[in-house]
Amino acid sequence: MRRTVRLAISAAVTAGTLGLSACGGSAGSQAPADTLRIAGPFEVHSLDPTADGEIFTRLQVSETLVTSDIKGELAPSLATAWSSSTDYTEWEFDLVEDATFHDGTALTSETVVAALEKAAAQEASPLADVPIEHLHAEDGSVVVELEEPYLTLPAVLTHYSTAILAPAAYDGEGRVTEVIGTGPYEVATIELPASIETKRFDGWRGEQPAIERVSFQTVGRPESRALMAVSDQADVVFGLEPAGRQRVDSTEGVGMESSLQPRTILLKVNAGHPVLSDARVRQALSLALDREAMAEAVLRERELAATQLLPPSLAAWQADVEPLGHDQDAARALLEEAGWTPGPDGKLQKDGSPLRLNLLTYPDRTELPALATAIQAALAEIGVDIEVEVANSSEIPAGQADGTLELALIAKHFALVSDPLVDIAAVFAAEGSDWGVMNWRDPAVQTAIEGLLAGAPDAEARSHRESIVRTAQEQLPLIPVAWYRMNAAVNDRVEGFVMDPLETSWRISDLSWAS
Amino acid sequence: MRSRRTGLAVVLARRSAQGLGVAVLVSLLCFLVVRRLPGDAAYRIAAGRYGYDLVDQEAADAVRDELGLDRPAWQQLGSWLADALQLDFGRSLVTSRPVLDEVGYYLVGTLQLAAASLALAILLGGAVGVLAARRPGGVLDRIATGWVAGVRAVPPFLLGLLLVVVFSAQLGLLPAVGHGSASSIVLPALTLGVSLSGLIARVTRDAVVEVGQSDYVRFAHTKGLAERWVLLRHVVRNAAVVLVPYLGVQAVILIEGVVVVESLFAWQGLGHALVHAVFWRDVPVLQATALALALLIVTINTLVDLAVLWLDPRPRRLEAPA
Repeated sequence: MRRTVRLAISAAVTAGTLGLSACGGSAGSQAPADTLRIAGPFEVHSLDPTADGEIFTRLQVSETLVTSDIKGELAPSLATAWSSSTDYTEWEFDLVEDATFHDGTALTSETVVAALEKAAAQEASPLADVPIEHLHAEDGSVVVELEEPYLTLPAVLTHYSTAILAPAAYDGEGRVTEVIGTGPYEVATIELPASIETKRFDGWRGEQPAIERVSFQTVGRPESRALMAVSDQADVVFGLEPAGRQRVDSTEGVGMESSLQPRTILLKVNAGHPVLSDARVRQALSLALDREAMAEAVLRERELAATQLLPPSLAAWQADVEPLGHDQDAARALLEEAGWTPGPDGKLQKDGSPLRLNLLTYPDRTELPALATAIQAALAEIGVDIEVEVANSSEIPAGQADGTLELALIAKHFALVSDPLVDIAAVFAAEGSDWGVMNWRDPAVQTAIEGLLAGAPDAEARSHRESIVRTAQEQLPLIPVAWYRMNAAVNDRVEGFVMDPLETSWRISDLSWAS
Repeated sequence: MRSRRTGLAVVLARRSAQGLGVAVLVSLLCFLVVRRLPGDAAYRIAAGRYGYDLVDQEAADAVRDELGLDRPAWQQLGSWLADALQLDFGRSLVTSRPVLDEVGYYLVGTLQLAAASLALAILLGGAVGVLAARRPGGVLDRIATGWVAGVRAVPPFLLGLLLVVVFSAQLGLLPAVGHGSASSIVLPALTLGVSLSGLIARVTRDAVVEVGQSDYVRFAHTKGLAERWVLLRHVVRNAAVVLVPYLGVQAVILIEGVVVVESLFAWQGLGHALVHAVFWRDVPVLQATALALALLIVTINTLVDLAVLWLDPRPRRLEAPA
């Protein structure tokens, strides 16, 4: 009897030791000491610049012709300078002289033209919206001829989908099989969808960066990412939730970095809907929202409560308008003016039909469903019945297309390309926009946008911008809820980390190891 | 001997026929279910490809044209089946990579994790179960009951986080997440293995107790066989007849994808692939994944049948008409 017990115990112990010895001691040695370890929630499913290209520009593997600096201003990258004809229908981009791809071939104007043509053929790329007539290669430069004036072309060319890859990056059918860019880092290994390793590119035309190797790992769960940050298993960890941020704050040797993104969480409103076409109803919905409390409860930061549509990081787009406030009585009064009165159950109704709306949102950003239910609760207080539906993000453009959308809570980025005008013009398009207004147009806003797109001089441009911001604030075709902060936990070993609000690049080449 | 050989042939023939039938049925069902899901597939695929910031009607229309999504359903299914018969599973609608590469990658991840977890679960659960069975109702048995209840009660997500906090954050022995290196499989496998070990311990204990009270074991004791040999030759083997089919079922559960554990540890497995394929309406990946799963389940059941046939020499009803 005793012998069997011993047998079983020894079996269990052996199993345990085997398990531990199989892994023992290798945790710390996962990556060599000179590797910068980055973890983030972004999965990489494709090497195509239009699909998941942002990861490769952020890792500084691929480069675009134009880029944006830390303030969001246009900056030279593969193009050293650019100019346009006076009517903005022809643009010329001078290429940097000594750029070579990671496979050793030289960057030529022909390769640039070929790469841009591929991007322009992809509907999802902002370049597809540019009315390009002809692209041609000159000696040391690329010329873009347009069908109509397009002032913001350099800004569109900061978008990651327009990154320039070497001809050898594509297979016979034009699919990207390898990311061969021109950046200071070249791909060492890629294991889709979750792991990319890069190393310094010896042929880089600029100064050699201090960090030799970089590894990027996709980690889906924010809890896991927070644990990696505090246990020194990653040097830079993107996208932490409030609980994780607190953990990092209380851990020595790791700090939080953050920056306000040009992104606003807002309610997209179908202004053609019988209820929502009344501006008073939209204003009442806005007044019913206690944005500060929501920001505090869901985003854990009161300051993120939006006071107007465009976040403060878009400095040129700030206008002197009255900030959006919270006033339930005023909201009730506006709704009463619009004909909505409380029924016996306290819920608002007009001619016997209740004020009931559908609110669609998506779970890609974890705070959206939580904010949607907060909005539902806030509107219930003034008697508005909201049904929250959490679905795939693509239901929003689909609902726009078939006209069934009522309200949608979205997180809209206003600077996908470095000039916000491109996105703002799209958001307020007269025919409506998938991620902007729906069935809403305003002559003043249209005039202002046309003026801006036509290159209005400074003072006039300022008044145009103000006119857009003011009309949006009064009419509320989009009801702003909160601004958005991007954060990262950064180990003290890393020096020089700066958070780029546009997330164009992680600026790894500017980093160094703390001595 | 002869009956065992016919038994083997019957098992293999029956299971192959089953495999083929299941394969056709599963791919047909997948296709039909995806067609019935709400939402426009072109938008879903575009969202999967480009991320939602870039999805608009033009992008969705381009996807629809490119993939011929407005063709009649029977044409789409027909061309998939025709290609599949030639072992050409096509390319993912979202990533444009060959489906075989993609599913193969995730399948290997899942098999590794499932095998490691099952091995750990058998070692842990088996040891606890055998110990508990030595004296039913004794102290060890009660501790084992506590263990069984405990590991069943803790959800894998919480258990995983606890293991990460202890072994990775506090002790620094193991990497918290990752995929690929030998050490990164330990924590996910331990999470699943420990969760699973509870039931295995319970089943082992009961089987061992039952077998231990049987006449043949008592006879073995009576004839003076050493305790160890009684255990190994009579008890373990007979208890295994009960245990192996049970383990087969557990293996199937593991392989079907333990999405939560996979995502917690950033482990790339089929569960992850399946969820994405459904979200994105990536029909070829979904069909291939489901096909791989179905065939795996048939394979596991075959192995279980064969193992039981070997463990239990008594001719079974089906194969013993004579």
